[in-house]
Amino acid sequence: MTGSILFEAIVFLLGAIICVSIAKRLGLSSVLGYLIAGVLIGPYVLGFIGKEGEDILHFAEFGVVMMLFLIGLEIEPKNFWKMRKTILGMGGIQVAGTMLLSYFLFILVGFDWKVALTFSMAVALSSTAIALQTIKEKGLLNTTFGASSFSILLFQDIIVIFMLGALPLLANTDKPAVENSGEHANLLQNLPLGLQTLAILVSVVTIIVAGRYLIVPLLRKVAKTGVRELLIAAALLIVFGISFLMELVGLSPALGAFLGGVVLSNSEFKHELESTLEPFKNLLLGLFFMAVGASINFIVIAKSPLIVGGILVAVIFLKGLVLFITGSAFKLKLNQKLLLTCSLAQIGEFAFVLLSFAFSLNIIEQDQMDIMLVVTALTMTVTPVIGIINERVLLPRLGTKESIKRPMDHIAKSQKVILVGFGHFGSTIGRFLRTHGVEATILDHDANRVDFLRKMGFEVYYGDATRTDLLESAGIAEANILICAMDNPEVVKKLAKTVKSKYPKVKLMVRAKNRYAAYEFLNMDIDHIYRESLETSLKLASEVLSQMGFRRYTLQRQVQNFIKYDEDSLRRLAKEKKIGDENYIFKARKELEQQEKLLERDFERGVVGFDSHWDGEQIRAFLEDAKE
Amino acid sequence: MKNILVLFSHPKFEKSRANAILVDKIKDKNGVTFHDLYERYPDFNIDVDAEKALMSAHDIIIFHHPFYWYSCPPLMKQWIDMVLEFGWAYGPNGRALQGKKCLNVITTGGSKAMYCENGINCYSINDFLRPFQQTANLCGMQYFPPFAVMGTHKIEDQQLHDFANQYDKLIDLLHQDIALPEVSEFSFFNDIPQLNR
Repeated sequence: MTGSILFEAIVFLLGAIICVSIAKRLGLSSVLGYLIAGVLIGPYVLGFIGKEGEDILHFAEFGVVMMLFLIGLEIEPKNFWKMRKTILGMGGIQVAGTMLLSYFLFILVGFDWKVALTFSMAVALSSTAIALQTIKEKGLLNTTFGASSFSILLFQDIIVIFMLGALPLLANTDKPAVENSGEHANLLQNLPLGLQTLAILVSVVTIIVAGRYLIVPLLRKVAKTGVRELLIAAALLIVFGISFLMELVGLSPALGAFLGGVVLSNSEFKHELESTLEPFKNLLLGLFFMAVGASINFIVIAKSPLIVGGILVAVIFLKGLVLFITGSAFKLKLNQKLLLTCSLAQIGEFAFVLLSFAFSLNIIEQDQMDIMLVVTALTMTVTPVIGIINERVLLPRLGTKESIKRPMDHIAKSQKVILVGFGHFGSTIGRFLRTHGVEATILDHDANRVDFLRKMGFEVYYGDATRTDLLESAGIAEANILICAMDNPEVVKKLAKTVKSKYPKVKLMVRAKNRYAAYEFLNMDIDHIYRESLETSLKLASEVLSQMGFRRYTLQRQVQNFIKYDEDSLRRLAKEKKIGDENYIFKARKELEQQEKLLERDFERGVVGFDSHWDGEQIRAFLEDAKE
Repeated sequence: MKNILVLFSHPKFEKSRANAILVDKIKDKNGVTFHDLYERYPDFNIDVDAEKALMSAHDIIIFHHPFYWYSCPPLMKQWIDMVLEFGWAYGPNGRALQGKKCLNVITTGGSKAMYCENGINCYSINDFLRPFQQTANLCGMQYFPPFAVMGTHKIEDQQLHDFANQYDKLIDLLHQDIALPEVSEFSFFNDIPQLNR
């Protein structure tokens, strides 16, 4: 039944659609839905997918690779530096504590010290895929709990590099390494261990250097062609390329991808890459979760239920305990501690990598690996359930439900301005905001300009802002204000329409090329409209009058009055005539009509009357009258 | 209950510790309209009609401002120049403000001791506020003694909160329509017994 790729694809997609939508309807996280779908379609329940013992995970590992690339993209080295204390502190305590406790647990169970050490490494790591996906889905990334989870996961993502580097040192050199059935074209297998470690370091450095001096220039070239598909191709090429390189030296592609992401997080293509890869990632990640579900080997469970069950319970308890202590050490509130405990108590996907690497190095036996793999998959399935129990049963009793109150610094952090269009108009806006310490997220579609401005130290990203996915990755969901400062009124209109319908909470501030564009925006119920020519032309006109002898302050006040009068008449006219999407010639004719109407009204109003403030004329007239 | 309009003018409100505490205490009180002039008219382009309507809708006007160069900040003066029009606020038919009450609420950097014949400033606060007093007279308004928070350069937060509480009580007294004779013997509103219990 599993012969056809199409059939497998249909099974996976159908399983995902059915189970995830049910999970979502029940208010559960999508991760749990995918996992259950995996169990159902897997070899032991419905048997649609995979022969027993087959490693489906390998197939889906790419979702994790992409996710780590995307996570890497979100971690700019400078933010990284800011978070160093929590990352090192919380991550350090969590990893060290868990490794220590679980090492003794496995020694106690009776494993050899090398096996126990390997297992404890695997146990110390949590699932970035599950935890982050769940946290993001609930929108809790900006809470203390979210930030703490992120820090710990990040530390794990880094420490795993060292773990993988250290594993060869544990290898039993007296036994020959098991050939990994040709799956990995591992160049380094026959090299001495020290050199293997060196090779790993070299490949890491290669990624960092290539990212900066090869990939970014390549992306710039691609962007200049203006063909969108090429950018998607380039994005995929980067991830595939890094993965290939990593597999070549026998390292996890996920790690390489993460590093590649961090290297590129400073580039102007960050948002474009994010929005391009996001859909691929989501699908593949779903596939990954399903694969985890399908890989739960029920035969191993049936063979030694007590060992598997015992380790499962012990591991979750032990990880939870360490997480709770870590939270206490960093003075988290009780509800935040509980959330942290539940969200990171599973063993992560890195365990699959570590364990199979350790197996290929002959550190652990086949049946030992099988047990741990099952335990890992089971923890991934069980912890979301514990999380739900925590949220539904425990937290409400504590009376400290998350999302009631966010501390002030988080609100300040999430204050966000997006500036679209960084031409002459937008750049002035950006510069002025910057002088006030407001760093807007800037989107622009001109690759040359983006490049130049980035050299000047601005944070500018490349992309077509009318695309929802790009807006999404630029963080529109958390944005307070979006400034449309593009030159082309049609594009501004399109963007304004998108934002207004999909993100009604975001305040729109719109550049209007001219009066006519302003009418259209008014008809779209946009309040904050800034006509680019109005004040400049009035300034010029008042300069002319000043040259002719009018006093400047009076002119200044007259300009203010004129603007007010013009704004009022603009709003009135916009109401009188709703203007739809007629063709251009028709529009131009209407524009003329309105120009005419405007001049007529000016005429009716007469020569603008000068106001009477600071003017003794009235009082003198009164005194004259009184004399007579 | 009498309606109170607080005309607040401070060109750098965000940096004023004293006024932040005072304003915070009273701006959301019932029957108080807090009108932040520098926020509303950053371009000094005062909407005279809107201001007149606001004045007409209130019984008591408070000019709340820091005391700069022995007077109010320029926008406050701009407001006076533009809104208190001949023929509306004063002059033959200018009766719009007749019978309303008004007073200054001010903050000064210098202490009370500096504002007297022997102090560095030679004259008292009441002397310096004469133009306001006379503006009120000309418009037919009752002018109450000023409420002053003085020596703000050196004052402690706790004292500022005490002042804010007094300001709060003052608003309550005005709501209850306290009469001028009850307070006219005092140089400062701060000194009346009702605020010092």
